Amino acid sequence: MSYTQGVFPIIEKRALAEDTFSMTLHCPAMAAAAQPGQFLHILPAGYGLRRPISIAGIDPDKGTLRIVFAVRGKGTDALAGMNVGDFMDVLGPVGHGFTLLPEAQHVVLVGGGIGVPPMLPLAAYYGARATAVSGFRSFRQVILQDDLAACGAQTIVCTEDGSAGDSKGFVTGPLEAMLSEGVDAVYACGPGPMLRAVADLCIRTGTYCEVSLEERMACGVGACLGCACRTKDENGNEQYLHVCKNGPVFKAEEVIW
Amino acid sequence: MADLSVNLCGVPFKNPIIPASGVFGYGREYEAFYPLSRLGGIATKGTTGQRRTGNLAPRIAETPAGMLNSVGLQNPGIDAFIEKELPNLLTKDTVILANIAGATAEECAEVAAKLDSTDVHMIELNISCPNVKQGGAAFGTSCEMAAQVTAAVRRATKKPLVVKLSPNVTSITDIAKAVEAEGADAVSLINTLLGMRIDVRTRRPVLHNNVGGLSGPAIFPVAVRMVWQVANAVKIPIIGMGGVSSGEDAAELMMAGASAVQVGMACFTDPYAPVKIIDGLDAFLDQNKIPAVRDIIGTVQPW
Ligand SMILES: Cc1cc2nc3c(=O)[nH]c(=O)nc-3n(C[C@H](O)[C@H](O)[C@H](O)COP(=O)(O)OP(=O)(O)OC[C@H]3O[C@@H](n4cnc5c(N)ncnc54)[C@H](O)[C@@H]3O)c2cc1C
Ligand SMILES: Cc1cc2nc3c(=O)[nH]c(=O)nc-3n(C[C@H](O)[C@H](O)[C@H](O)COP(=O)(O)O)c2cc1C
Ligand code: FES
Repeated sequence: MSYTQGVFPIIEKRALAEDTFSMTLHCPAMAAAAQPGQFLHILPAGYGLRRPISIAGIDPDKGTLRIVFAVRGKGTDALAGMNVGDFMDVLGPVGHGFTLLPEAQHVVLVGGGIGVPPMLPLAAYYGARATAVSGFRSFRQVILQDDLAACGAQTIVCTEDGSAGDSKGFVTGPLEAMLSEGVDAVYACGPGPMLRAVADLCIRTGTYCEVSLEERMACGVGACLGCACRTKDENGNEQYLHVCKNGPVFKAEEVIW
Repeated sequence: MADLSVNLCGVPFKNPIIPASGVFGYGREYEAFYPLSRLGGIATKGTTGQRRTGNLAPRIAETPAGMLNSVGLQNPGIDAFIEKELPNLLTKDTVILANIAGATAEECAEVAAKLDSTDVHMIELNISCPNVKQGGAAFGTSCEMAAQVTAAVRRATKKPLVVKLSPNVTSITDIAKAVEAEGADAVSLINTLLGMRIDVRTRRPVLHNNVGGLSGPAIFPVAVRMVWQVANAVKIPIIGMGGVSSGEDAAELMMAGASAVQVGMACFTDPYAPVKIIDGLDAFLDQNKIPAVRDIIGTVQPW
């Protein structure tokens, strides 16, 4: 595992939706090492614990990484107050990312709300071979659809209240339809109940599926055992793995929900 | 460059800074940041007789200037520690303190006996964990239980024995005296303070275990006070900890009476914290023209 910690300049900041921001950091060593599905462990000034935020864009040539985050509490509020030219304290890239399948013909990227950002590096990898199904509560939260499309991915938006997008309701509707036609892999990130529903669908249809989990973290590198999640090994024996090091990405059938 | 070396129970340390038990695993992760040989020592994750899986998540909660944890002694068990982790740690040119715990005095003694035949440098006995034979009250909360478990472990090993005290007591000096009387070679303090947070929207405790241990800068003044009180009550050396996050914090705890200092939560804020604290302590000594860190131990001038 090779990670670094340091302060890196914010070179771009944009508001994407209500309380949701995109920032690009200039951090060449991390950009060279980063893989889709990994995250950055970011220290908001004045706090003692870092905040895990997924990597939403990797550009090794420019030496940049992108993050997209929603304000959910004090720490993310402090991060949202940072501006271009400010230096962000980042430890990264951390975690075990998504498995990339060079041979795959059709993959589905399922993102729920603020779980959409980690789908972007996957869309960049798979291009037109990917369909991105993104779920949001309403039109106010819809983010990153142009970015996904710019990678060549098909985009399908679902809103719970039907105020935007192609489909009213949950991401599982469009996903189920696609699974019946055969899909090589499904990648998912979002709220727990959504991940569980996606994992169940994939297991039932025998589709390869990886999910990105969340847990409260301290060290972020696998030392403190703070971010435990219950999983089963190949023999079905229960074991605790750690979201920061063994994850955040796990195979759907490994997770005990 | 001041002389940072200290000697504890006959064990030489190149400097007095030690990552605390439970925050540093077995050092593997932090080796990606700096060579472990920079550290005075490493206190390893608490190890019990058998493998333990720990508590359900969430295990971490942030608090003002601190955090709560309820990891719950997750560890692979003493045999796996001795076989898979200790040999690697012993090549790192730093003092290894094997932190141990158990549900009974017998379990603690058995773990210590297994370590006695290894090359580990010191044993740190955590007495903050529940004693199943005494209805789950922590060993560290009564003089009798603390004395009993110390005596049992003392009989099981000739290694330098550090007993790690719980701050969740009425009089930490009484406990310190009790373990000193049973043959502890040193005491370390403080372990975490029991705390709790509730999410007012869901009315659920943030930690799945409901309660957890408070650590971080919030507990530093409590640590300074307790180290000072214990230093005035016992003759054996003290390893101080609790909220240390700078070289000056380390100097403060040493002036209160600590011969060495452990660093816990600060490692989460900054993975380089232990080495920055070593450098900060060195700079503090140089600025104040103090040639050796030993010269500040217990030198507070109380009013
Ligand atoms: C691997 C991973 C990737 C993530 N990626 C993103 C992302 O790309 N964009 C985004 O907006 N959010 C992401 N999150 C969620 C994000 O970490 C939390 O929203 C954030 O930590 C909240 O911090 P706060 O200080 O604003 O909230 P507070 O509630 O004030 O935080 C208090 C403490 O709880 C922790 N915490 C609170 N909510 C969560 C949560 N959902 N997951 C983990 N820890 C939490 C905080 O880190 C902090 O230690 C990710 C989480 C994980 C585990
Ligand atoms: C995540 C975590 C795990 C811990 N695990 C142990 C442990 O296994 N054994 C032990 O004796 N102390 C354990 N501790 C307590 C620390 O070693 C230390 O006593 C305490 O955190 C106070 O120091 P700090 O304020 O610098 O963190 C743990 C602390 C934390 C934060
Ligand atoms: S946050 Fe420390 S092990 Fe994952």
